[in-house]
Amino acid sequence: MHVELQNIRKHFGSVKANDGISLTFEPGRIYGLLGENGAGKSTLMKILAGFQPADSGHILLDGQPAHFANPAAALRAGIGMVYQDPLDFPPFTVLENFLLGKDRRLALDFRAASAELKHLMGRYGFEIDPQANIQSLSLGERQQLELVRLLAGGGRLLILDEPTTGISAEQKDALFASMRHMARQEDRTLILVSHKLDEVQELCDHAYVLRAGGFAGEHPLPCDNNLLVEKMFGQVPRRSPRPALPLETNLLELQQVTVRTPRLTLQNINLTIRAGEVFGLAGLEGNGQELLMQAIAGLAPIASGRLLLAGRDITRHAYHQTLADGVAYIAAGRLEEGLVAGLSLTEHIILSAPRVKQTFFIRWEGARRVTAERIQAYEVVGTPQSNADQLSGGNQQRLLFAMLNPDLKLALLNQPTRGLDVRSADYIWETLYRRRAEGAAILFISPDLDEVIERSDRIAVFSGGQMSRIVKASQTSAEELGHLIGGRQ
Amino acid sequence: MTLKSFLQRLWPIMPTIASLAFIAALLLAFGADPRTALEAVWQGAFGSQDRILSTVAFWVPLTFCAIGLMLTFTAGLWNIGIEGQMILGALGASWAALTFKDQPAWVLIPLEILAAMMAGALWAAISAILKTHGKVHEIFSGLALTNLAIILTNYLISGPWQPPEGGSFRGTAPFATAALLPRYAESRFSPLSLVLLTLAFIAAAILLGNTTWGLKLKALGRNPRSAFLLGVSSNRETLTAMLLCGAMAGLGGAVRVLSWFDSLRQSISGGIGFLALLVVMLAAYRILWVPFVAFFFSAVLQGSITLQLRTQLHSSLGGILTGVLVLFTLLFGDLNNLKRLRKSARNE
Repeated sequence: MHVELQNIRKHFGSVKANDGISLTFEPGRIYGLLGENGAGKSTLMKILAGFQPADSGHILLDGQPAHFANPAAALRAGIGMVYQDPLDFPPFTVLENFLLGKDRRLALDFRAASAELKHLMGRYGFEIDPQANIQSLSLGERQQLELVRLLAGGGRLLILDEPTTGISAEQKDALFASMRHMARQEDRTLILVSHKLDEVQELCDHAYVLRAGGFAGEHPLPCDNNLLVEKMFGQVPRRSPRPALPLETNLLELQQVTVRTPRLTLQNINLTIRAGEVFGLAGLEGNGQELLMQAIAGLAPIASGRLLLAGRDITRHAYHQTLADGVAYIAAGRLEEGLVAGLSLTEHIILSAPRVKQTFFIRWEGARRVTAERIQAYEVVGTPQSNADQLSGGNQQRLLFAMLNPDLKLALLNQPTRGLDVRSADYIWETLYRRRAEGAAILFISPDLDEVIERSDRIAVFSGGQMSRIVKASQTSAEELGHLIGGRQ
Repeated sequence: MTLKSFLQRLWPIMPTIASLAFIAALLLAFGADPRTALEAVWQGAFGSQDRILSTVAFWVPLTFCAIGLMLTFTAGLWNIGIEGQMILGALGASWAALTFKDQPAWVLIPLEILAAMMAGALWAAISAILKTHGKVHEIFSGLALTNLAIILTNYLISGPWQPPEGGSFRGTAPFATAALLPRYAESRFSPLSLVLLTLAFIAAAILLGNTTWGLKLKALGRNPRSAFLLGVSSNRETLTAMLLCGAMAGLGGAVRVLSWFDSLRQSISGGIGFLALLVVMLAAYRILWVPFVAFFFSAVLQGSITLQLRTQLHSSLGGILTGVLVLFTLLFGDLNNLKRLRKSARNE
């Protein structure tokens, strides 16, 4: 199927998300759609997949104009999209989810569906138990299920939005192999939406680059990364230098800390973090690094051992007490954990102020001024009156950092740059370096080993609740960390 | 402003029209004339000074409860127990009226009001503490406590507080004149209650719009997890919101015994607590709309009392109308919500 987008425009208020974009997609090829956060990639692909209508412009399928009222209509026409967060129904089984999208009759034919599911899984090298509950699947497996569901629904052009975020290396390899199979053997069109250049280079035949809602260029792949980077950012972005700091005073001390949950136990953790230090925690999700962070924040109870912050025992402090102690915790989810949809930026800044500074009556004018200053300092695209949910993902992230109070001692950050492009991520780190120069320590989790190595002073790796030996970032490699993640010391 | 956004602002008009049309169709189906019925309701609500005062007198406690509910709804709490909190307020006021019956009005009335607020707050506090410390949902504790309040009323009427000439299970003996709120022109309406209501309304509007406490309630209602991580103590805010709501409902209960009636009666609340839930939903959780919606409800319900006399239609028509109205509102509201959700999902 030959798919053409002509002059697609989409505005959200005054923001031009897509400003007249025209692209062509041929069958049998894999396309990379590149661009920094907010470049308009997701908007354009959601228009193509029938998730939202364009303000103007045309979609041509084999030369015929097409209008999609909803994603189901797009799929009937052969276009399907796998979203960053899979649109499945967690309480149900894999098979039930598979049936949901395709069988409209009253009597569901489980046996035939099961056979079809197994057949499709086998063809693409996926292995998922049809009877498993969605809850028990990893993100990568849920993506595979989505993909198979779209294929069964007759998808000729498949869009994958940031599919490699949060899945394991093996799953990524399996995913890429299946995508190649779909393009080469089955003559389907695939579009990989990503800002990870290496992946696009590895998998795709051709790259389209968007910048600030417009078309910024295209290139056959593979090619020199810098060519793509220039198109994405207009220039090659600089990496903010990491200033060297003397690390002398101990800020946070964990002495024989034990944390128990039904799923995981952290046993006798000893760790000292110094003022001004950036400490990275690596490991696959659910191996203990989040739990440790939550224990420090007072969100998970410490069963035994001691926790000292600047010499003070805060072992028994609950979360709200540790906040008052000068600890900040930023969770991985933005709108779920940290921001409140429907509340303005000013209201967020008011709520995030330390309790002693909160007054009974709100001084709106002062609060708006502070918010305007923070917005400027953190380059948030928004006004004090904007609601947090109106911001783009990257700006929501910046808002979270703008809400950190001035007298911060320790920042606990779970995936501080999740889903951000190089430039936004670099910006976040720049602001964190400033905090560090002011004497705050930073403890962060990232699934991106390169980021952990580049940004940290020291690193610890978690595997099955065990903390590895502590390695110096300057003397380690992604390979060594990979071994530690695998549980080898 | 585009036509669409204009309509969105006025959206409660849509369900109102839809439900009026529904009721009209219902009347026609039973061979009654909708115009006559409407006229009868209008006459019943506003036909004379007496009727108007009656409508206003019914409106005051309803608005007290609805204002209280604005606080708990903002915090994301389903305070169904407001009915029981209102009954407790009536009991509190009655207790003060009976206990301090020899005091002059200027001592007695403040005591009654204070007792009513405290009693209402107490009932709400039980729900709140069960929620924060026992993880009991406020809907269940609220329903249970409402039943308990009804049983308690019946016990008091037929036992300790029964009239000297013997209990009739219907109510206590009328309170002393000094115990009652001064009424206007022989009606059931007391101007003092309107003064209190105005103060309560202003206080609630300021609390919700201009205090850190109100902002915390808003955050809690919209996203408890984020609110917690932002440092909002959900237990404390839950408790304070419920206490204030209970106190408001208690005031409503006091107005019922001290101005609508002159004694504690068996069904003292008249279902006003539950009705207030509907008022707040129809007002789309906006406090500025609450008095108006409550007034509309009062007019319809008071107006339909005379309906039977004039048109042979049962007076429950008013109840049907308000019920249908709320159903349509929820329907339209959900459609709007759905559209908004889709829109915001697309904007991502």
